[in-house]
Amino acid sequence: MHLVLFFIFGGLCVAGALNLLLQRHPINSALSLIVVMTSLAVLYLLLGAEFLAAAQVIVYSGAIMVLFTFVIMLLNAGREEKTHGSKAAYIVGFPGAAAILGVLAYIFLKQSGNLGSAKLGEYLVTTSDLSRVLFRDLLLPFEVTSVLILIAILGAVALARKGHE
Amino acid sequence: MESSIWIFLLLSVLKVAVVTVILLTAVAYTVLLERKVVGRIQNRWGPSRVGPFGLLQPLADGIKLFLKEDLMPSNVYKPLYIAAPMIALTCALISIGVVPFGKEVFVKGVDIFQISDINIGLLVILGVTSVGVYGIALSGWSSNSKYSLLGSLRSSAQLVSYELALGLSLVGVVLRAGSFRLRDIVDIQSTHGLLSWNVFGGLQFVAFFIYLTAAYAETNRAPFDLPEAESELTAGYHTEYSSMKFAMFFMAEYANMITVSCVATLLFLGGWSSPFGNLLPAWGGPVVQALLPVFWFVVKVFFFLFLYIWVRGTLPRFRYDQLMGFGWKFLLPVAILNIIATSLWLAYRV
Repeated sequence: MHLVLFFIFGGLCVAGALNLLLQRHPINSALSLIVVMTSLAVLYLLLGAEFLAAAQVIVYSGAIMVLFTFVIMLLNAGREEKTHGSKAAYIVGFPGAAAILGVLAYIFLKQSGNLGSAKLGEYLVTTSDLSRVLFRDLLLPFEVTSVLILIAILGAVALARKGHE
Repeated sequence: MESSIWIFLLLSVLKVAVVTVILLTAVAYTVLLERKVVGRIQNRWGPSRVGPFGLLQPLADGIKLFLKEDLMPSNVYKPLYIAAPMIALTCALISIGVVPFGKEVFVKGVDIFQISDINIGLLVILGVTSVGVYGIALSGWSSNSKYSLLGSLRSSAQLVSYELALGLSLVGVVLRAGSFRLRDIVDIQSTHGLLSWNVFGGLQFVAFFIYLTAAYAETNRAPFDLPEAESELTAGYHTEYSSMKFAMFFMAEYANMITVSCVATLLFLGGWSSPFGNLLPAWGGPVVQALLPVFWFVVKVFFFLFLYIWVRGTLPRFRYDQLMGFGWKFLLPVAILNIIATSLWLAYRV
């Protein structure tokens, strides 16, 4: 059952990602990205991370992607022109992407013993488990990240205000 | 083992079907209730011709909408134009699936008063509502009309802004219950009747006010109905829609109203628990004892629906800058203060 769901949503995820690249209209690409985000949420759920799954849907599918589509609609971005692409992409881009993929796959396969593994549907991480880890063991990184985000927000506000005066 | 799975599946499908039918009927009659009540507020009768007291009006409206010609403007972006009302209605109907209507009552191992009891019920409702924005956003964009586009832009901005205040207002309740599971949240409110409800005994009245205000904005209802402000935008995001596609948006709006009322009932008014607590003696057989909580639940939901209509009949619409200012500069800071106050109080008590 879990395996079937994994293949369905894993497939949906990859299909959405490919569609994102192939579509020529920005709004279709944005919608494909939403499909990718939401299928990722289901994959998190299958691995037992229920809070992460909900947060993924609320934050990524529900808020960030709404802003994406909002901006696309506001700018009324049209269809993209089909070009032959730059030479650099063919010479450097494709081999580079393949190389990164290869290196990542190699490292993950080699280190799979150290990293440990999780079976689908084997256990459930409840929200209180997650918060215990987050606010006890990882308190410092968590707080530092929130300060970082606060600085980013202030920076955005400062940049947006500049034109006003 | 095999047969129990089949019984489970069958009962679950039955539950989904029954809840959907009840929800859609409730949607139809909420529309009638609104027309009646707003009519009385404006000193007129409201629908009264079709059936006794106009009770068959929803049926007549349904037949009319089915039989109307489905117009499609020539320059719309077809796939999204067709998908948008479906997204809106689907998201509006899904979230009722985690709402518990009464005490846990098991028939053949299946809880008959809730479709699905999950640990993160509250988050699921928030997630589904936040995805529901796409129905409105895409309808406005794909209609290729200035009124629709302006309506959907307003709506997306409004929904994203008020979602923050809405989510933060619920944190106090979650802190008190220590769980996202809706049944747990109701359980801690059902000890002393009215006094242990979150809005009174839980001292969450600030959160209650924020939740209601933000929820009115989330459902595009007056006084926050700027996305469909008829005096400026014709009909807003659904200007170009007709027939059943229009009806789907309409049904989605009312289904969302009902979901919001259900959530408000569960989180702040003690869900299905009786306002008298254990003061009243338990009377009647087990069937009455199972149905009485559902009665209280329905009464509370009805109260919220009535409040919706009352507010619509009373308050004038906000201006756009007032709307944004109110959401970001008032509701959000107050919601954060409420979280801090609740956490301090809970920490002090422990």
